[in-house]
Amino acid sequence: MNRDLRPPLAARDRPGAYVAPPMSDFQASFAAALALIAAGDPALGAIVGLSLRVSLFALGLAALVGLPLGALLAVARFPGRRVVIVGLNALMGLPPVVAGLVIYLLLSRSGPFGDFGLLFTPSAMIIAQAVLIAPILASLTREVLEAMWEEYREQFLSFGVSSWRAVPTLLRDGRLALVTVMLAGFGRASAEVGAVMVVGGNIEGFTRVMTTAIALETSKGDLPLALGLGMVLMAIVLAVNGAAQVLRDRGARLAG
Amino acid sequence: MTSCIMRWRTGRRALLPALALLPALPAAAQQRFITVASTTSTEQSGLFGHILPIFTHTSGITVRVVALGTGQALDVGRRGDADVVLVHDRAAEERFVEQGFGGPRRPVMYNDFVLAGPAADPARIAGTTDVASALRRIAAARAPFVSRGDRSGTHAAELRLWQGAGIDPLPGRGAWYREIGQGMGPALNTAAAQNAYILTDRGTWLAFRNRQDLRILVEGDQRLFNQYGVMLVSPQRHPHVKAADGQRFVDWITSSAGQAAIAGFRIGGEQLFFPNADQAGA
Repeated sequence: MNRDLRPPLAARDRPGAYVAPPMSDFQASFAAALALIAAGDPALGAIVGLSLRVSLFALGLAALVGLPLGALLAVARFPGRRVVIVGLNALMGLPPVVAGLVIYLLLSRSGPFGDFGLLFTPSAMIIAQAVLIAPILASLTREVLEAMWEEYREQFLSFGVSSWRAVPTLLRDGRLALVTVMLAGFGRASAEVGAVMVVGGNIEGFTRVMTTAIALETSKGDLPLALGLGMVLMAIVLAVNGAAQVLRDRGARLAG
Repeated sequence: MTSCIMRWRTGRRALLPALALLPALPAAAQQRFITVASTTSTEQSGLFGHILPIFTHTSGITVRVVALGTGQALDVGRRGDADVVLVHDRAAEERFVEQGFGGPRRPVMYNDFVLAGPAADPARIAGTTDVASALRRIAAARAPFVSRGDRSGTHAAELRLWQGAGIDPLPGRGAWYREIGQGMGPALNTAAAQNAYILTDRGTWLAFRNRQDLRILVEGDQRLFNQYGVMLVSPQRHPHVKAADGQRFVDWITSSAGQAAIAGFRIGGEQLFFPNADQAGA
């Protein structure tokens, strides 16, 4: 099994004979990206699959917490609400490597949750990404739904619907706008490298994802391959966004 | 009550695709595996990619390698997050064993460090085999030098070499002595971009592709010897350590089969690591 992602060019493996590629760096990267896709390398497929699984699962986990929390903050009025909102907004800028370190220490065998043995597994990476994007989902959801709530508040109240009970209705009616919110979360999750590197360990065939593979190839000095992998990642993110747009448009047509 | 149901309905649509992916994740966790904390040089040179499939084939044990600097890798062992540690800083390894975190330490293999630098060689060190005098010339010329600065085995070796040359490079910080706090690969990328001198292990150097103007300028000095050692993390200290499977790996890599696998790893016909498990005191 060829787990090495490099195209099998014998000349490149001869260190003394290494010469700068005749193409420009960007041409070489583009060629590397095409070669990777054309070769249909199973190792690349596994890395892409894991990237998508981890990020989508983190998105699901973060949405379970972030969407209801954001909707509650949109409708509820309580002392300290502004503090919570400012706190969530600040957490949107949480540096991934800090989130990764905190989760590393929590999941380490010497940490409070060490008995679960989750460190250096995809589960740890899902948790790290979910922690990173939950504040984004909550903040943006609040922003979107608060505008809707201002608009429909009188109607809800005249039907005798309390703020709390309006939450599911708001989430459902705002779902088209929330697709964009989810995409923002997915984008941050799939682009992130600092946290998954620390808690996942970039283990070949087990916790290596697109971003950590890019970091590794950069370390090895194979910049065209690293950028080629980056192009593959961008193509995937583009496809996910395209699919979401199609869903949104269809939803909008049905609703309209 | 109804609001709960409505909320579930709303959430379910978003959840279903995520749930569909759930069974795909734990599948890999069921195989028999150990976790080895090791160094970037062993991983990035491709050594593990060559020898681990051989070990897995004979033992049925998958090896998950977390590649870090030697200092960090030993810390991962201290915290109990790996079963085996394979690193290259004998003094740090012996401390690890003395503190009861693992061991006994077994020698595995060696390679050597080389001093690389720009082809223009402003400090004029090319041709000498005396690494101490080469470092003195670099310091005297205040020529840019990139240091790992990350408590790795290579960083420890570099600091020992400066000491042996009778030079304290730290006053040059922020000027010609540049500590970047990163792995071997990023350090080589930095040195290539800045036309700086750098101490690197030969394995990472041979596998590295972005050399630009960097050349090996000094090699072959006895003091550039680079020994790797392997240790089982103490199951007394960390009861969940997979002692039997981890020990099996330690035994294999120091056995004739493991040693032959190490010797068989070549890049472009050049052998990168030289097995010496049977060498007493290595």
